[in-house]
Amino acid sequence: MMASGYSTKEEDGHITVSGPGGGALRGKKPENTAFKQQRLPAWQPILTAGTVLPAFFIIGLIFIPIGIGLYVTSNNIKEFEIDYTGVNMSSPCFNCSQNFSWNSTRPCTCSIPFYLDQPYENNVFMYYGLSNFYQNHRRYVKSRDDSQLNGDLQSLKTPSKECEPYAEHDNKPIAPCGAIANSMFNDTLELFYNDPNGTKVPIPLTATGIAWWTDKHVKFRNPGENANLTAVFQGTMKPVNWRKPVYELDSDPQNNGFINEDFIVWMRTAALPTFRKLYRIIHKKNNMVPTLPRGNYTLEVVYNYPVRSFEGRKRMILSTISWMGGKNPFLGIAYITVGSVCFFLGVVLLIIHHKYGNRNNSADISN
Amino acid sequence: NGRLTLNCVGEEDWVDSRTIYIGHKQPPPGTEAFIQQRFPDNRIVSSKYTFWNFIPKNMFEQFRRVANFYFLIIFLVQLIIDTPTSPITSGLPLFFVITVTAIKQGYEDWLRHKADNAVNQCPVHVVQHGKVVRKQSRKIRVGDIVCVKENESFPCDLILLSSSRDEGTCYVTTASLDGESSHKTYFAVQDTKAYNTEKEVDSIHATIECEQPQPDLYKFVGRINIYMDNEPVARPLGSENLLLRGATLKNTEYIYAVAIYTGMETKMALNYQSKSQKRSAVEKSMNAYLVVYLCILISKALINTVLKYVWQADPNRDEPWYNQRTETERQRHVLIRAFTDFLAFMVLFNYIIPVSMYVTVEMQKFLGSYFIMWDDEMLDEELGERAVVNTSDLNEELGQVEYVFTDKTGTLTENNMEFIECCVDGHVMRGAAGMDMIDTSPGPEARVSIACSEHEELFFRALCLCHTVQVKEEETVDGIKHGIHQGKSTSFYISSSPDEVALVEGMKRLGFTYLRLKDSHMEILNREDEIERFELLEVLTFDSVRRRMSVIVRATGELFLFCKGADSSIFPRIISGKVDQVRAREGLRTLCVAYRPLSPEQYEEVCHLLSGAKLALQDRDKRLAEAYELIEKDLILLGATAVEDRLQEKAADTIESLHKAGMKVWVLTGDKMETAAATCYASKLFRRNTQILELTTKRTEEQSLHDVLFDLSRTVLSLSADYADYGLIIDGATLSAVLRPGQEDSNSGSYKEIFLEICRNCSAVLCCRMAPLQKAQIVKLIKASKEHPITLAVGDGANDVSMILEAHVGIGIMGKEGRQAARNSDYAIPKFKHLKKMLLVHGHYYYIRISELVQYFFYKNVCFIFPQFLYQFFCGFSQQPLYDTAYLTLYNISFTSLPILLYSLIEQHINMDILKKDPSLYKDIAKNSLLRWPIFIYWTILGVYDAIVMFFGAYFLFDNTTFTSNGQMFGNWTFGTLVFTVLVFTVTFKLALDTHYWTWINHFVIWGSLIFFVVFSLLWGGIIWPFLNYQRMYYVFMQMLSSGPAWLSIILLITAGLLPDVVKKVIWRALWPTTTEPSVGTLPPSPPPSLCCLRPPAESVSNPALLEVTLCLSRHL
Repeated sequence: MMASGYSTKEEDGHITVSGPGGGALRGKKPENTAFKQQRLPAWQPILTAGTVLPAFFIIGLIFIPIGIGLYVTSNNIKEFEIDYTGVNMSSPCFNCSQNFSWNSTRPCTCSIPFYLDQPYENNVFMYYGLSNFYQNHRRYVKSRDDSQLNGDLQSLKTPSKECEPYAEHDNKPIAPCGAIANSMFNDTLELFYNDPNGTKVPIPLTATGIAWWTDKHVKFRNPGENANLTAVFQGTMKPVNWRKPVYELDSDPQNNGFINEDFIVWMRTAALPTFRKLYRIIHKKNNMVPTLPRGNYTLEVVYNYPVRSFEGRKRMILSTISWMGGKNPFLGIAYITVGSVCFFLGVVLLIIHHKYGNRNNSADISN
Repeated sequence: NGRLTLNCVGEEDWVDSRTIYIGHKQPPPGTEAFIQQRFPDNRIVSSKYTFWNFIPKNMFEQFRRVANFYFLIIFLVQLIIDTPTSPITSGLPLFFVITVTAIKQGYEDWLRHKADNAVNQCPVHVVQHGKVVRKQSRKIRVGDIVCVKENESFPCDLILLSSSRDEGTCYVTTASLDGESSHKTYFAVQDTKAYNTEKEVDSIHATIECEQPQPDLYKFVGRINIYMDNEPVARPLGSENLLLRGATLKNTEYIYAVAIYTGMETKMALNYQSKSQKRSAVEKSMNAYLVVYLCILISKALINTVLKYVWQADPNRDEPWYNQRTETERQRHVLIRAFTDFLAFMVLFNYIIPVSMYVTVEMQKFLGSYFIMWDDEMLDEELGERAVVNTSDLNEELGQVEYVFTDKTGTLTENNMEFIECCVDGHVMRGAAGMDMIDTSPGPEARVSIACSEHEELFFRALCLCHTVQVKEEETVDGIKHGIHQGKSTSFYISSSPDEVALVEGMKRLGFTYLRLKDSHMEILNREDEIERFELLEVLTFDSVRRRMSVIVRATGELFLFCKGADSSIFPRIISGKVDQVRAREGLRTLCVAYRPLSPEQYEEVCHLLSGAKLALQDRDKRLAEAYELIEKDLILLGATAVEDRLQEKAADTIESLHKAGMKVWVLTGDKMETAAATCYASKLFRRNTQILELTTKRTEEQSLHDVLFDLSRTVLSLSADYADYGLIIDGATLSAVLRPGQEDSNSGSYKEIFLEICRNCSAVLCCRMAPLQKAQIVKLIKASKEHPITLAVGDGANDVSMILEAHVGIGIMGKEGRQAARNSDYAIPKFKHLKKMLLVHGHYYYIRISELVQYFFYKNVCFIFPQFLYQFFCGFSQQPLYDTAYLTLYNISFTSLPILLYSLIEQHINMDILKKDPSLYKDIAKNSLLRWPIFIYWTILGVYDAIVMFFGAYFLFDNTTFTSNGQMFGNWTFGTLVFTVLVFTVTFKLALDTHYWTWINHFVIWGSLIFFVVFSLLWGGIIWPFLNYQRMYYVFMQMLSSGPAWLSIILLITAGLLPDVVKKVIWRALWPTTTEPSVGTLPPSPPPSLCCLRPPAESVSNPALLEVTLCLSRHL
């Protein structure tokens, strides 16, 4: 259509003015370039069995070792997972999950013993995992105000409409607003090592370094730099489901308010309904002693977070980390599979090439 | 749209004729009262818009297109309801497309305005009150007397009143109207030609009655009433008096003329109506695919909506405590909610129908057509002409042609007539060009004998007199050499018909030189170097129905009518003469010459008949024809002439190539059977072993049409297995009998079917004695036959226009018979031989390019949208988009748009020279083979497969674990970004795999757009963008790239995505190669021409070597 537009222009375009063929004359002597003649020098690769075969074998040769490496690495990672939802009667947390009420003032606690059958070396990462929790639901994902979280005072008092119905409470703006913030995970998990001589040794858990550096330092900022947080948040409400306001999340001012790392971690919405989030890091003490030696442990849970209503599950995961992250055999298997498929196809193509390629060539020659 | 409104105004006071008062002088009282009409001024309006209506009108026109309207609706839905993506994602591309188109159209219209203004304001000279006044062109009104100087063009349609030449003639070139550069003579009104100063002209008192404006350039009837001494004299006006706007005055100092049609009513303006739009087969499949994708889109949205409500049946899933609805939402009725959800899904998946595909296709067509115009191999050095593209919409259709309908004269042949011989009383005289006449004539005795024969004398004179040739004197030679007899170089003959020039030149070689027409006297220099003068009394001009022309001359008291024409039109009117002496010779065009002596009484009668017919206002043509019929009778045959029309350079080669390419070539000509058949043999349309089937009047006279048809079909069908090569000859009369709708019995309808059946089995068909409209009829017939083949018509003359317009692709040859065919065609080429490259190379390339473009566009959007569809199953059918808004918006308009556009412009799957050398490769793409449903489904499945690989690859990678070395977790935006990164790379690499022609531009664009994607992503995530109300992408891309497994999985998923396509390609190539594929390797990219045929096929050389390498590799393993 575009081109026909041009051609009509030429037709209507007043021969009387431009003089007959004024434009045509120009068109008659264009400089002759290879581009215009469609004869630019070019590389003309052809995908034939002959050219592709080596590529297939090479891919196979490269992918299979990578896959094996990845698979071994993944297998060497130690991971321990415990479900503390309390669905079964036998579960220590059953009572807590049964008698859950938002209004209860006394927190419900339960402790779950578990046994690690092998020592965990290096840094151990402690995750909490939720299942059947749709953090990626559209209504949920967008229910946040990034400029409020970035410390914008204006947004602090008038949260974005996207936060509805978690934007205002009792005619006061909620800070931080939105469904994500409102539903922040608030179970407290503590880990104790049961010494063989009967004492419970608390394991030190680090709560920093669990969020992205850029999130903590750029994307999330407290309103009113360095001012008294309590004063700044004056006139706002805490999220409905929270027990404490945002400025009381931690005693450390570098980990309080919007830049509280637990909060930041929660605010990064998960991709899938079953997810885990980094909760704490157990740093290694020294090279001699494993971070978590083999033995009995107790997980102490302050049970605040209800998941039974939507058939959710809560888990606590302990995992070591390699260069490729946590335990996930998928990548290794996938690499091995694709590599072998390539290799297999290479063989198939070789046969085809051997059988039919020659036929074609001879046909060519006879032509 | 001034034209349209004009027509409406015209209808109000519609009268058959209009009356013009020359110089706005009222006619003397007592004459008939004329209805005063209002005429438009001389303003030309070609612009479509004005400053005020541009935006609404342009918007309206753009949104009339279905695609634009669809995207507008999506945009509005996004504005109204709460949708997953912001209105920007579809609004921005739409806005972009609309703006670009609007700017383009606005610019074009501005150019038109500028051109209009220049035309409308250019100064013209108008006679007012006996003085010449300068006026702006647009102010000319009907009835104004205009003075035009040499080399000026006429500002409106004018009736010539007088000229600076004594005879009252003027010369005009209509090059800009119909392309004929020859000078044509126009005549002033006899009674006013003496008035050639402004004073005198102003004193003319006359009115003109003429027909209302109509677009035919060559038709005009009118009458002028001159009131001299209040005694009206009526004179006829014809097209020879009418000077058309756009034509230019030549060789004449000045003229005076009166304006009769102005502004948009001029014939030029009426002629520039847009042609009906042709649609290509590719466009049709594209629209079919769109419908399929629309169905897919709707079903996706429906499935998701239904599943959403099934899944949400549990209130804890619908509204868990952590994710509550607002009160207003909760109160909304379920049906409204469901409908909104449906719309939201539609919006989420709407990208599957890409807004940019239309833009890209249009750009591809528009830019791609330049390659045709630039092609040096289609440049004609002699004419200095290149191929012209009038509609680029049909580029790819050039690769789909199944039937070629070609004109003979001027298309297959040069239309450069040469006088070969003449035959008088059984004596044959040769007068071939380049040979001296004395050499070829039978010698001095023969010369004497020639001189003796009275018939021959008359014959030569007849040929010297019976024509409309003009003598053009070379202007560059100044006044000294002014006579024609001074030498050949000073003058040459000009005529609208090349036959006439050939004949007059032939006569010159035989000793009779036509000198000039002076004061109605034709001067001839005879063999004795004496000047003979004949008074030219009447010219009965040539027309294609009569197929003859005559002149009436007076020579020393005797009156003669000389008539010249095709044998079929002369023979029935002959009363004496040796008819059987004249025979058509192979490949020669014969004309018969006859005469009739007229007595003064007969001449009186003739004059009476003619003037009666000429003065008629209505049906003048019909009455003239009747008059001619009565005058041209009782002729005495003098002899015949033979003129040769040589085949165009490489015409035979071209036809052979077209045949090999699987096209059926039909020659449609008005010429007679013998001549046409000779040309067909010469051009290798018919070969020696072709069995000729005749379906002509001669045969149908012997047998009934019914029997002939059945006979032929039996021959064709029974033997077609072993006798593949049939040629059919049919003539116009028989054709119309075949096509005539049933009158006596019902099976005449089946005649058409039988005829088509016969044609289908013939490799070549010759249709002779065709009227222009019959040509179009044939094309239509074939177009409508049950296979719906793609037709191409090629011709050079006005008589081919109807078939050019009718065929799927119309090609005009810029020939000698004017430019009408070229103007009305879709493509114009200088020579017939250029058709070969046009179809075999350009057509093939464009088809390959656009089919890949279309398939790839759908493919890449399936890859794009299907992961979003899958994601819905994991986000509670909440319409959560997988990708960020910026990615959604830019995917089609910047990340993946340029590589495919460039591919569709410069891809060459096979070398140009091979395509030309081996025409049979054209069959590879016949019948729209690359856009058939299986291939479309393959692409779609490939897209779905890639989407599944990408989505689930990312899914399993994200499955409940971390993949960074610091243990931190990624969110949903990283998930989407990972899928998107794999997507952009896979889709671009897929195109790279399909590219067979890697120039530096391809490298630049393909790698460039990948780099652009990476740079954009880094930038987009690298800054807190203050204007955004979300920062979801902040550092997402960088964090993803900081993880090793992300890199590894990107590489893995790209490989896995491309693998099946590569394997499919290789296996298909090995097992079921198309004809193009094996020949790809046969010619190295730039072979030294001398070695090219000696070199063994490259593939057979390279393959064993590679094989060895791979064998070694496998052994080592």
